[in-house]
Amino acid sequence: MNTFLARSWLARVLLFVFAVVIAAFFVTPLLWLITAPFNTQANLAVTIPSNPSLANFEAVYNNKFAMRALFQNNLIIGGGVMVLVAGVATMASYGLSRTHVPGRDVLVYVLILFSSVVSGTAAMVPIFLLVFRLGLIDTYAGVILVMTGGLLPSAIFIMRDFIDSIPRSYEEAALVCGASSLRVFRDVALPMVRPGVVVVAIWAFVNAWGAFLIPSVLLRSPDRMPASIASYSFYTEAGTPNLTLLSAYAFLYTIPVLVLYLIVNWRFGFRFFGGIKS
Amino acid sequence: MGPGRVAWPPSLLERNVERKHAIFPARVGIIFLTPTILFVVVFLLYPFVRVFLLSFTNQTLLGTTAPNPEFVGLANYQRLFDPDRWMRLGEFGSALEITVQFVVGSALIGQAGLGMLIAWAFYRKRGVLREAVFTLVILAWIIPETVVAFTWVAFLDWEFGTLNSVLDTIGLGRPDWLFDRPLHSIILFNSWRGTAFSMLLFSGALETIPPSYVETAEVVGANAWQKFRDIFFPLLRGHILTDLILITLWTFNVFTPFLLTGGGPAKRTELVSIYTYRTAFMGRHEFGKGSAIAVVMMLINLTLALIYLASIRRRRVT
Repeated sequence: MNTFLARSWLARVLLFVFAVVIAAFFVTPLLWLITAPFNTQANLAVTIPSNPSLANFEAVYNNKFAMRALFQNNLIIGGGVMVLVAGVATMASYGLSRTHVPGRDVLVYVLILFSSVVSGTAAMVPIFLLVFRLGLIDTYAGVILVMTGGLLPSAIFIMRDFIDSIPRSYEEAALVCGASSLRVFRDVALPMVRPGVVVVAIWAFVNAWGAFLIPSVLLRSPDRMPASIASYSFYTEAGTPNLTLLSAYAFLYTIPVLVLYLIVNWRFGFRFFGGIKS
Repeated sequence: MGPGRVAWPPSLLERNVERKHAIFPARVGIIFLTPTILFVVVFLLYPFVRVFLLSFTNQTLLGTTAPNPEFVGLANYQRLFDPDRWMRLGEFGSALEITVQFVVGSALIGQAGLGMLIAWAFYRKRGVLREAVFTLVILAWIIPETVVAFTWVAFLDWEFGTLNSVLDTIGLGRPDWLFDRPLHSIILFNSWRGTAFSMLLFSGALETIPPSYVETAEVVGANAWQKFRDIFFPLLRGHILTDLILITLWTFNVFTPFLLTGGGPAKRTELVSIYTYRTAFMGRHEFGKGSAIAVVMMLINLTLALIYLASIRRRRVT
């Protein structure tokens, strides 16, 4: 019995040590983001400011270009992607779940396969020329459509988890009472899958919010650049960053992502959509 | 949340006969699916076909070949695979080699290894410790990529960086990470960035194991390693395979290290994704050559995706 107690005590200590090491590895690269913004003499070191100040944020606030990137361009792009992805994905997964469309299996197969194949920088070469031909280079619409295309397959899959979990009896009852299919979708099914729509919308927004590659390829004018690219405006022409302002800006840019993560975690639990149910 | 991808569940591939009956006629289904079909055709299928055609031309963004690209046959491919020079730094073969090292180091060893270790350590445990570790790992995954690139530049800095402060304190010296060990730097960075996916996948998979299996093993006195080898590993084989294929696929295409090193110094961290970007979107904007690289990348992606689909299909049959 004593050896058993000793072993379980040892296991606890080991787990604690392991947790501390892992937590340290994951948190230390982020410490700079927490200390530097409040330090008017920030360098690349993590130093707790002796005189914490909000002066850096004030200076960032006066940079019109960077502020427009964050509060206008990011919101337009993120909002557009959010609405399109959530709307189109909800319709698609509802259609896949509640009807037997001929060729459905082919569509699902194409979605899975090609969303993995046509991605990243490789996909940007033909997509740039497509957007160019559509006359959408340097427009919000071009960025929003391309991002939506990239996020849609995964969004459909996340949404399907929610749609499959709602009972069909309400929809069937409404149909028997003579409701049209649009009405059944809008007034019966949609209120029940609202949590799913919210999760997909937030997921899409967060992805669009942080994106760098797509806007960097498709946008030209500084006026339309999102924050991921505008961050580089805190570099001098010689390529040295103004660390105090850069860190404050990065801090502001990160906050919405953290807030949305907390909301999702608290309201729905950070459920992981990883193909575990099968 | 997190990066734009999630693992596809095997159940998505179920055939019609296995599914529940339809509520609406097919006509209604087509209306619901039309927007998706449009997006798939325009942003997935069309680019896939177009990139093949482009790879046989000398299309550029500027200059005379911009409006009137010429057919050049396999010239772009010959330039990529030219045996005399393709393994030099900044060429295609070298980029492929660096990418393979990056995928093996950061995805297969770093992310999958760390993810499994964390998931296993906290198996059937609840509490502050688990919450704290999981939250930090997930934070590294969801913070915008430019922001994590900035914080890592600070973290790895030779003079002021936190990493070197720690290493110096325990007597391990001050390596100049981004200059002398750039590949190690981006491998470490990407392991940090992407562990969350594997951790969440494995911890979800571990929960599907019936507790009675583990309890029985504990009663007969199995140690941790025996439990892992004889219970967890055989039951999780399918999930491990899914994880390894998917993170290989994504890491092969990842672009974020560009924000940390720009592919340098001296092209020593030029991954294939960065090589494509530099060819097509910087300098002379050579879309023809860029397309040839993209075709090779997409064929590698296609192979990995087909292996993945075959593996989940086989799992469903058995």
